[in-house]
Amino acid sequence: MATILEESGFNPEKELKIVGTNPVKHDGLDKVTGRANFGADFFLPGMLYGKVLRSPHAHANIKSIDTSKAEALPGVKAVITRDDLPDIPAGTPGGDMTRNALAREKALYDGHPVAAVAATSEAIAKRALKLIEVDYEVLPHVIDPREAMQPGAPILHDYMRTNGDPDAPDEPTNVTEKMVVETGDVGSGFDAADEVIEMEFDSKPMHQGYIEPQGCVANYSEDGQIDLWCCTQAPFVYRDRLSGMLKVDAAKINVQQSELGGGFGGKTGFYAEPLAIVLSKKASRPVKIVLTRNEVFRGTGPVSGTWSRIKMGCTKDGRITAAEAELVFQSGPYTGSMYFNAPNAMFTRYDLENIHVTAFEVVSNRPKVNSFRAPCVPQIVFGVEGVIDLLAKKIGMDPIDFRLKNAAKEGHTTIYGDTWGPIGFIETLEAAKTCDHYTSPKGDGVGRGIAAGFWFNRGGETSATLQLAPDGTVTIAIGTADVAGSRISIAMMAAEELQIPVDKVRVHMADTNSLGFNRVTAGSRTTYSVGMVVVDSSRQVIKELCRRAAGIWDVPEDGVVFEEGEIRPASSNVGDFEPMSISDICKKTTMSHGPICARSDMNVTGAGPGFGLHISDVKVDEGTGRVDVLRYTVVEDAGKAIHPQQVEGQYQGGAVQGIGWALNEEYVYGEDGRLQNAGFLDYRMPVASDVPMIDTVIVEVPNPKHPFGLRGVGEVPVTPTMACVGNAIGDAIGVRPTSLPMSPPKILEIIEQRDAGK
Amino acid sequence: MRYEAPTSLDAAVSLLAGADGQAKIMAGGTDVLVLIHSDVIEPELVVDIKNIPEVTQISESGGAYTVGASVPAAVLCEHEGFCSTWPGVIEGLSLIGSTQIQGRATLAGNLCNASPAADSVPAVIAAGAIANIVGPNGNREAAVEEIVTGPGKTSLANGEIIVSFSFPAKPAHSGDCYLRLTPRTEMDIAVVGAGVNLTLDDGGTCTAARVSLGAVAPTPLLVADAAAALVSTKVDDAALDAMGKACSAACNPISDKRGTKEYRIKTAAVMARRAAEKALERAKAN
Amino acid sequence: MAKVHVTTTVNGDEYEFLCEPQQTLVDVLRNELELTGTKEGCSTGDCGACSVTLDGRLVCSCLVLAVECEGKEINTIEGMAQGEQLHPLQRNFLEINGLQCGICTPGILVAAKSLLEKNPDPTETEIRYWLAGNLCRCTGYDKIIRSVQAAAAEMRKG
Repeated sequence: MATILEESGFNPEKELKIVGTNPVKHDGLDKVTGRANFGADFFLPGMLYGKVLRSPHAHANIKSIDTSKAEALPGVKAVITRDDLPDIPAGTPGGDMTRNALAREKALYDGHPVAAVAATSEAIAKRALKLIEVDYEVLPHVIDPREAMQPGAPILHDYMRTNGDPDAPDEPTNVTEKMVVETGDVGSGFDAADEVIEMEFDSKPMHQGYIEPQGCVANYSEDGQIDLWCCTQAPFVYRDRLSGMLKVDAAKINVQQSELGGGFGGKTGFYAEPLAIVLSKKASRPVKIVLTRNEVFRGTGPVSGTWSRIKMGCTKDGRITAAEAELVFQSGPYTGSMYFNAPNAMFTRYDLENIHVTAFEVVSNRPKVNSFRAPCVPQIVFGVEGVIDLLAKKIGMDPIDFRLKNAAKEGHTTIYGDTWGPIGFIETLEAAKTCDHYTSPKGDGVGRGIAAGFWFNRGGETSATLQLAPDGTVTIAIGTADVAGSRISIAMMAAEELQIPVDKVRVHMADTNSLGFNRVTAGSRTTYSVGMVVVDSSRQVIKELCRRAAGIWDVPEDGVVFEEGEIRPASSNVGDFEPMSISDICKKTTMSHGPICARSDMNVTGAGPGFGLHISDVKVDEGTGRVDVLRYTVVEDAGKAIHPQQVEGQYQGGAVQGIGWALNEEYVYGEDGRLQNAGFLDYRMPVASDVPMIDTVIVEVPNPKHPFGLRGVGEVPVTPTMACVGNAIGDAIGVRPTSLPMSPPKILEIIEQRDAGK
Repeated sequence: MRYEAPTSLDAAVSLLAGADGQAKIMAGGTDVLVLIHSDVIEPELVVDIKNIPEVTQISESGGAYTVGASVPAAVLCEHEGFCSTWPGVIEGLSLIGSTQIQGRATLAGNLCNASPAADSVPAVIAAGAIANIVGPNGNREAAVEEIVTGPGKTSLANGEIIVSFSFPAKPAHSGDCYLRLTPRTEMDIAVVGAGVNLTLDDGGTCTAARVSLGAVAPTPLLVADAAAALVSTKVDDAALDAMGKACSAACNPISDKRGTKEYRIKTAAVMARRAAEKALERAKAN
Repeated sequence: MAKVHVTTTVNGDEYEFLCEPQQTLVDVLRNELELTGTKEGCSTGDCGACSVTLDGRLVCSCLVLAVECEGKEINTIEGMAQGEQLHPLQRNFLEINGLQCGICTPGILVAAKSLLEKNPDPTETEIRYWLAGNLCRCTGYDKIIRSVQAAAAEMRKG
């Protein structure tokens, strides 16, 4: 009997009753009434309030920490420093993790936690922080990654050597890793090109910008059992990392995920959670820590700034013959930027013979970076799709036609070794070419741009259970965090399989005690992977329902089928029995034969890549450099949109995040290495009046590995956005910007240089 | 921190004058509370003036408006008479923060917080408004452009409170406008702000003008040269050009996370010109 | 620092509490009165997640001192539905899926309700500018605006 991974049962002819519709989200009611509980909404009796003391220096040796005055303040129940966490050797993954949670030898960025306090009120905790005396020896700092690579740059870690670079000298460096990815021969590729364009690009660090600051409550009881309530995209990852870091058995740590107020990759790693746990241990009371917005910007996990050089060549009829790049990524003070995604993804939607990419990851004195949607890729695609656009212009070819000419197809083997099944890139490009936005006239003074995007999409370790209650209604426990409302899509897939109304299915996010390991909610994997295990569980219970009916009717098991929501004899030969519903069988057999449940735990594979094509219209105020986005369309392949409104929402949200990154979002550091814009006033995310309606076109080229053909959609929408806006601005002003964000002063400068050149 | 909400001006003045440590006046609180909660200031006393009748009233006499210091921006923006008389001032006020901020923010707070980039200030200066002040040493008046003396600093003495702003009656053929440059459409602090108020004679020649710039110097500026470039002209291209140059010349900006020096100097001229064009249009329609 | 005794009305119910002078209204709503529907995203009035109305005026509760609320009327998200009867805005947000993670939703609903009370027939631009103080990072605002438009149309029909 084939497993669901071997034989998904995808049937393009199957008539679907629930999948593809838009029922109201089951978690929606609590969210519109204010009842939904997020990270900061949990309270335990006797709870204390925790606050974190952070380094004001970008780089400093911590010579001593004196907490005595803080400990003596009435109302303070615990103070912790590096001495309260187990020592793990520096330069190891555990060593990095514990040091990012609480500094040991050095403070490595403005905002690096140095101590923490738990007190009976937030006001007392704040006052206690001021009483902690830290003796810092301030050191020179470096933030720009290319500066950090130069000889003579301040070194963050004496132990650091470059992984993956056998030629690197054996001396301290800030370059953590070098990676080379290549296929074919770019030299002969460029020789064969009629046009070659080489450009340099750069992008400033930015932040995921989730509206909910991290919040958690930790309770450490005297027998060593830890209960943690927190907003997270990765409850199992938190549990296992906390286990390693605090040296506590994983089975003694229970993480219950709250509703998540936005993550986008930024809540895949913990920040204050280990501090809350250790404070709780020391104080013998539960401890709540909620970060302020200032702490979120300075002390969580923002996004890599980058520099890139991209060179591509094509023939005069539009075939790309060679693609070469050199990339530099910032990772904060420790490795872990996922920079390897960029060489693997940046050109991957195209069928290219000759590719050579060299990429470096570099440490610098800013917070340790974390993922954003499509980590480390959109800021590189900003350059790639810009070069491609300029090549198309040079040879006088329509930009979408140029992409079509080079588009990868089914059967393509990628640079990282996967061979693709059916994919929807060409269909997406063709849908874009004929869509209303692309075919309507531009309007006076308007610049139009397009760009293509791609994401691998992932499967991964997933575990879920499905239970039928005696009345035949269904509960499902999942462990992969629901970040945007994927619960309803999961319920819909189960309801479709079980042929019951979606309202009879309820999906809950279980705690880590209840399920096997679930991988982080990332890689656009949730609806795909959890859907897979839930469909598998649904099929298991259908089998059990049939088996029980066979028992009731006293017929062989293969004489019973499940059709149109009923359990029936397979034919009149089997016997003349009244069909039974799921609830009939549950009512009849639960007490005698036990509950009907199923579980499915697997490393889900077969996730299909996603592709997108974005179109934007912009107007540039040449007096000030301000850019207005007038119109924006996302065309993207979803495989199968389980809940089309949800899919549209992912497209629209990703596009607007990319617009913010394109135009205004950046970390601004002072000469002293301190973050100057650690708030929503000066970290400029798009507001409602900054963007138009975002039109969407859902293309559906199913992935037959999934029972419903779906593909992940969460990350593709950000990958081409900045390139799309950049190409539109280039069309408007005649010069394609190369530096992110494309803020008004930079655009004005480009305009002035353009006019001076005239 | 002690909080007091007096119901009379005398009580407020005594509280402020008698404070031991730092005392802060609170109207809408949209600046003061941010400073307190981010630990930039730690006042010993906060005096909430919102319960004092004189500071929350709007009155008009012969076309001249008196606006209480603590009237929330949103309330003034709903006042039909004031809106049709001083659209430029309203433009400035309605650009402060967001709808929520405007529900609380006040003209006096925006002025006395003394940010060079305050949105309501250039238009109020351009309007020629006077601040009516009470204090331990009695009452006085001061032109609004004299209040801010540096970033975060005002010319108000200890214990002084602005009670209201008096706007002059507007002559015929007058118009004002405030425009600002921000990267986003809302929510940002102005990179450059320009308030222009001008009066024409029956023939369309400018007889009076006031041009005020924000965010381009340590204080909001009243640029006499820019006004002079408009007076006695028909506010044509050449005059606007000269005005723009005078604005750029008057700038003494810094480079900060909101804009560089060079960018501010360039765009000050652009925004002032656009504000003047709009003010001209309004003046012609009156 | 002696605590201050405050009596105020929230969603039509009278509440009494003790608070410190510098405590904000959002802090007291959430931590003293257990009304956690109002969220705190930034504490500086830049995100709107803490939106409430104070004597009918839309404000950020992170920029209101709890002590100022003596004798005032506050309305929060918890007061928007009437028992089981959702407000048309709440219903339309559910139908049109004007929310994803939901953290900004209470603030946006309170702000949108305030808009429609003032202007029952707003244009798309008017809605966007009114809601400019409410940050959303998930939806890109599209379905939020459409939900408000749909609710406004429904409410105009009466």
